[in-house]
Amino acid sequence: MKPFQYKRARSVEEALDLAARSPASKFVAGGTNLLDLMKLEAETPDMLIDVNAVGLDRIEDTPEGGLRIGTGVSNTELAAHPRVRRDYPVLTRAIVAGASAQLRNMATTGGNLLQRTRCPYFYDGNQPCNKRKPGSGCSALSGDSRQLAIIGASDKCIATYPGDMAVALRVLDATIEIRSAQIKRDTPIADFHKLPGDTPEVETDVRRGELITAVTLPRPLGGKQFYRKVRDRASYAFALVSIAAVLGEDGSGRFAVGGIAPKPWRSDGADAVLRNGAVAAAQSLLSGATPTQDNAFKLTLVERTLDAVLHTARG
Amino acid sequence: MLFDQPAGLNAIDRETIVGKDISRIDGPMKVSGKARYAYERQEAGPDVAYAYVVPAAIAKGEIVSINLDDARGTPGFLGAVTHENAGALGKGEYNFARLLAGPVVDHYHQAVAVIVALTFEQAREAAGRVAIRYKASEGSYDLERAYKNRDGKPGKLQDDPADTAVGDFEHAFEQAAVKVDETYTTPAQAHAMMEPHATLARWDGDKLTLWTAAQMVDWHRTDLAKTLGVEKDKIRLISNFVGGGFGGKLFLRADALLAALAARQVGRPVKLALARPVIFNNTTHRSQTIQRVRLAAGVEGSIVAISHEGWSGNVGGGRSEGEVAQTRLLYAGANRATQSRLATLDLPEANSMRAPGEAPGMMALEIAMDELAGKLNLDPVELRLRNDVLHDPEHPERPFSSRQLKACLQTGAQAFGWSQRKPEPRATRDGDKLIGYGVASAFRNHVAMPSGARVRLTQDGGVVVETDMTDIGTGSYTIIAQTAAETMGVELSRVSVRLGDSDFPVSCGSGGQFGAANSTSGVYAACMALRSKIAARLGIPGDDVEFRDGRAVSGDKSFAITQAAADGELVAQDSVAYGKLSKAYQLSTFGAHFVEVSVDAYTAEIRVRRMLAVCSSGRILNPRTARSQVIGAMTMGIGAALVEELRLDKQRGFFVNHDLAGYEVPVHADVPHLDVIFLDEPDPIASVMKAKGVGELGLSGAAAAISNAVYNATGVRVRDYPVTLDKLLDRMPTAT
Repeated sequence: MKPFQYKRARSVEEALDLAARSPASKFVAGGTNLLDLMKLEAETPDMLIDVNAVGLDRIEDTPEGGLRIGTGVSNTELAAHPRVRRDYPVLTRAIVAGASAQLRNMATTGGNLLQRTRCPYFYDGNQPCNKRKPGSGCSALSGDSRQLAIIGASDKCIATYPGDMAVALRVLDATIEIRSAQIKRDTPIADFHKLPGDTPEVETDVRRGELITAVTLPRPLGGKQFYRKVRDRASYAFALVSIAAVLGEDGSGRFAVGGIAPKPWRSDGADAVLRNGAVAAAQSLLSGATPTQDNAFKLTLVERTLDAVLHTARG
Repeated sequence: MLFDQPAGLNAIDRETIVGKDISRIDGPMKVSGKARYAYERQEAGPDVAYAYVVPAAIAKGEIVSINLDDARGTPGFLGAVTHENAGALGKGEYNFARLLAGPVVDHYHQAVAVIVALTFEQAREAAGRVAIRYKASEGSYDLERAYKNRDGKPGKLQDDPADTAVGDFEHAFEQAAVKVDETYTTPAQAHAMMEPHATLARWDGDKLTLWTAAQMVDWHRTDLAKTLGVEKDKIRLISNFVGGGFGGKLFLRADALLAALAARQVGRPVKLALARPVIFNNTTHRSQTIQRVRLAAGVEGSIVAISHEGWSGNVGGGRSEGEVAQTRLLYAGANRATQSRLATLDLPEANSMRAPGEAPGMMALEIAMDELAGKLNLDPVELRLRNDVLHDPEHPERPFSSRQLKACLQTGAQAFGWSQRKPEPRATRDGDKLIGYGVASAFRNHVAMPSGARVRLTQDGGVVVETDMTDIGTGSYTIIAQTAAETMGVELSRVSVRLGDSDFPVSCGSGGQFGAANSTSGVYAACMALRSKIAARLGIPGDDVEFRDGRAVSGDKSFAITQAAADGELVAQDSVAYGKLSKAYQLSTFGAHFVEVSVDAYTAEIRVRRMLAVCSSGRILNPRTARSQVIGAMTMGIGAALVEELRLDKQRGFFVNHDLAGYEVPVHADVPHLDVIFLDEPDPIASVMKAKGVGELGLSGAAAAISNAVYNATGVRVRDYPVTLDKLLDRMPTAT
């Protein structure tokens, strides 16, 4: 771990100002991912700007009937919020399916969105990894890839986005508010996480000096909401496959899949054929998949997990 | 005390304290933070420095250069040890791979350098600034390839022969009516104990004191002396508390050696803990195995031929996992053969992990038995009962000291409700879950090991026990206190136990499930010696003196034992040694595992619903600590069956998932209700305590029982551990 400065910002403006003046800085809230990566020197900021006290810890109703969630709200608080539990239960279910109670107490909404990949080669400083050291190569392509992406990856990187919360946000069509010292802009969750392409080190739409300040949910969708996470052990593990779904009585609706791609994976085409059943929807969603020998089982697993969700919805 | 005759009636048979459910006497210290583990020791004072290991970045090759310039420039830097300045190092008897690389690198994350600084953070930073250039070379990492090419040599775990044969296996197998011939694999596994390997080292002149996490104090001390090239009596090694070992702390490891070297280098005490992501490749692991099991039986279910061929891998000079050992002893059969082969691999060192041999061996053998039962259309419990044998199957003249496999299976079947099981797979369903039952025998040898202790009767009538025995979370403090209290006839609260210090008599140590029975036998021997001294001092010599209620009673004479220490404390030291009994008898422990699992009809997610282990391990010294050992082992069995696997990168030659996020062990949600039944029958041939080991029995067979339950639930037989959903999915029936 490299030495770093630590500053505690008292406002969003102060945080952004500090960041603008320190190009190698990072914001820190819960630190549940960043500190691990700093110990491994996969992240080497020269300054941490603590944003726990900048006033981003509120959940408010929006005039449109949706919900505006400050990025400093902890995972635990968000999952337990009465309106989230009532109107967006898929989000509560996704959050509590992730990490452990202790981590969820520390982790924030913003930090959760920005958590980095868990590819084992990204975590091992001795191995080539285009994400850690652009141009050095991807070890996972010829190495252990059971957990890694089957779709949306590139020949530069096959890492998977590991989070649960964002899979629910994807199915809910959330919007991410991003601020810099100069501007404020909104990015739909669909565009927030980037595919690796030739630049796997760029994981999100957030640029240097920018801070994500809020996640906005549109008006509640209604329907039955599901989050089904499949993993080898019963708790405290990343998804092999997870499905967030909002379904009507007739089986139509929408779904997003976690654990299979560099971002929560969803397509309009697959949503459109959802009423035709799991086989059709999974085939549509996964067309163009390029699994490895280690993770080809995820193709079947997506289909069967979706089948389970649809079955429960009908039940 | 030489133990060469079966134990007669003795003080332990009173069972007024031994055999009682007593919570661990060191518990309050542990939950209040007063039990200090190696890295928490404060003895070194304020000038303690911190060390951080730089591990090798390649799996095989040579170090071309080590540049410390940048590291030296970091704040707090005090010094560094590499092969260039460490001086000549020997190698211990028990570790196969060297603990400090250079110039040759033997395996990934072998220590290349250790950096010392004023604080932990400074040491870690400086370690990140060490620039090492390597010349990598091709290595051999693939056990499957070695197996295919038959590229192995005869392998041994201990003194077992690599090949055994009785009768004519090939012929009998050929002729038999019903056969199983399958190959099973188990992955490399990590000990993944809670406390990392950690040491505090302090030199006073040419004397070295080490506070470390060691299961075997004397082995560590001896091997450290050999490696450093110093006299053993210059080293004092203290290991009062150990936060789990599972075999990973049996032998001297890099933390102890490098802390000692670093402390000498910088002239001040040094603390060193291995970072978690380094432990998995730097230390030892259980080897991957490939096992071919062949069973043949007559139509009525009697095994006529049994063969087990096992392959494991290790560094040059290393030992075999020993996975065929149980097959020589567990079941009847006139024609039998075992073969053990060892491939030389450039992976980290493979060495003992809980139940070495039997743990992976039973994972294979006990699936094969399930498959044989299926082919015979026979209940798998019944198949095992029909092939029970009360003597060493290779040597009919050599009986087991006690063997209650039958009783374990029958008791377990009754208690578990085994009769509810439907023999045909996929026949039981609970909503979206397929339900299955599985059974396996449990088997693990008992090992007789010499063990010594010193016992003091203090002037105030207290009893103090001193032995270098360790407590690795097992309950040694408690059962030793119970043994001393029982033998001396005093209340438990009058006994204090001091463990894990090389200043104390050498014990058996903790490992191979040999700790409890042997260490308490050594304490018993020392207590008996102290009783003689007390009796002599009180003027009531003879063998018929009874010690109870703090008194020594002979006929109508009765004295408080405190009187014997009125002029100063009495001290006695003895050890237990073993004679020919373990040659004349086979000493083993037996059990049976029963499991219910659910398998999701859609996703093939496997969850254990309940488990029962019935154990026959001689006298149970303390049912609470013994139960904790067994349920811990069963939990490890859940891990072995369903999640644990060191995932190997065959190109780069290292275990990829080298942290606790990547190497999954069961979490609470994976562990359902676990039940344990002890038959609790004293075995007077095994030890003077009439006790045997139990801590590893609970693991041996547990994973196979789970695997067999998965088959019963789904009809899908998985022969490659861990049994994960991806291995089931393609063969799962449609869900609805």
